[in-house]
Amino acid sequence: MVASISNLGRSGLYDWVIQRITAVILAVYTLFLLGFLIAHPDLQYSDWQELFACTPMKIASLLALVSLCAHGWVGMWTIATDYLKSTGIRFLFLLVVAAFVFVYLVWGIDILWGA
Amino acid sequence: MLVSIYRYNPEKDEAPTMQDYEIEMPAGKDLMVLDVLNLVKERDSSVSYRRSCREGVCGSDGMNINGKNGLACITPVSEATKGKNDKLILRPLPGMPVIRDLVIDMGLFYKQYESIKPYLDNNTPAPAIERLQSPEDRAKLDGLYECILCACCSTSCPSFWWNPDKFVGPAGLLQAYRFLADTRDTSTDERLANLDDPFSVFRCRGIMNCVNVCPKGLNPTRAIGHIRGMLLQREI
Ligand code: SF4
Ligand code: SF4
Ligand code: FES
Repeated sequence: MVASISNLGRSGLYDWVIQRITAVILAVYTLFLLGFLIAHPDLQYSDWQELFACTPMKIASLLALVSLCAHGWVGMWTIATDYLKSTGIRFLFLLVVAAFVFVYLVWGIDILWGA
Repeated sequence: MLVSIYRYNPEKDEAPTMQDYEIEMPAGKDLMVLDVLNLVKERDSSVSYRRSCREGVCGSDGMNINGKNGLACITPVSEATKGKNDKLILRPLPGMPVIRDLVIDMGLFYKQYESIKPYLDNNTPAPAIERLQSPEDRAKLDGLYECILCACCSTSCPSFWWNPDKFVGPAGLLQAYRFLADTRDTSTDERLANLDDPFSVFRCRGIMNCVNVCPKGLNPTRAIGHIRGMLLQREI
């Protein structure tokens, strides 16, 4: 048993499951957006605005945003623990990643639900 | 034939070098790589490598042959040099400390093997005879027990290169599953609890280098998948 305090879930299994579920959510969301773009060849700002104004889309976007943050963290954490062997550099790197994830999350929520 | 061998004596040399030998090959015979090494050794007795059984049973002569890990004693020269200009390049198994030439320090490999408790654990009173198994239960161990611990798989696995102290590696995990799958073992839950962290099992990224090189034709990736499945079932 190898202990770790910086991974997202409680265990390797949690991280693994989180990574797979968020991947599916992101894939479905991306495919939907792609389908929307294909279905609207001459897309106007108003169509785009309308799409993101409806509540189900807001919820889906928020879900995708949270998934992206979780997926990104697990992935970056894995990369860091594979390739960054110096504890100090790895800690700094993860700190920067955590800051980015946090900023994107708050910023994204603000864009979706803000005035 | 040109044989290029990795030479390194950490006590004397500053850096490893490749040394070339031109070896006269007996006509009409397809030698094994180990036979060629023995011919080199006759010429230059300072070349160091491990070997014992010379028939793919002991697992001591795992090495990197023309870029692919394998047992020198059961790898024919013709197969090793196929499409490679008739040149034999021998290096130690990658990612492990070199003791001398093709001899590596297997310490971490064995430590990982030890960590999965590679022995049967049964807390019920021992019967007067052996603990019996049905032929079906015994069949579950096929493809697992045959491992000879040659380390060809683990030393070809990038995840093991980066974290040999934390990731158990394909060889150790194949054996972990061998005891998880054994109906006579009663510590399945403890075994699983010991593997649940982010490194021991979950560092496997399914690259399948291990399957590609195993000289015994075993499939550690499948065993790792089974362990993941058991871990998942335990939590749901
Ligand atoms: S699984 Fe195959 S390659 Fe790995 S140690 Fe066992 S016999 Fe060698
Ligand atoms: S399948 Fe897993 S254990 Fe096998 S080489 Fe790839 S990462 Fe390593
Ligand atoms: S010498 Fe025993 S496996 Fe090759």
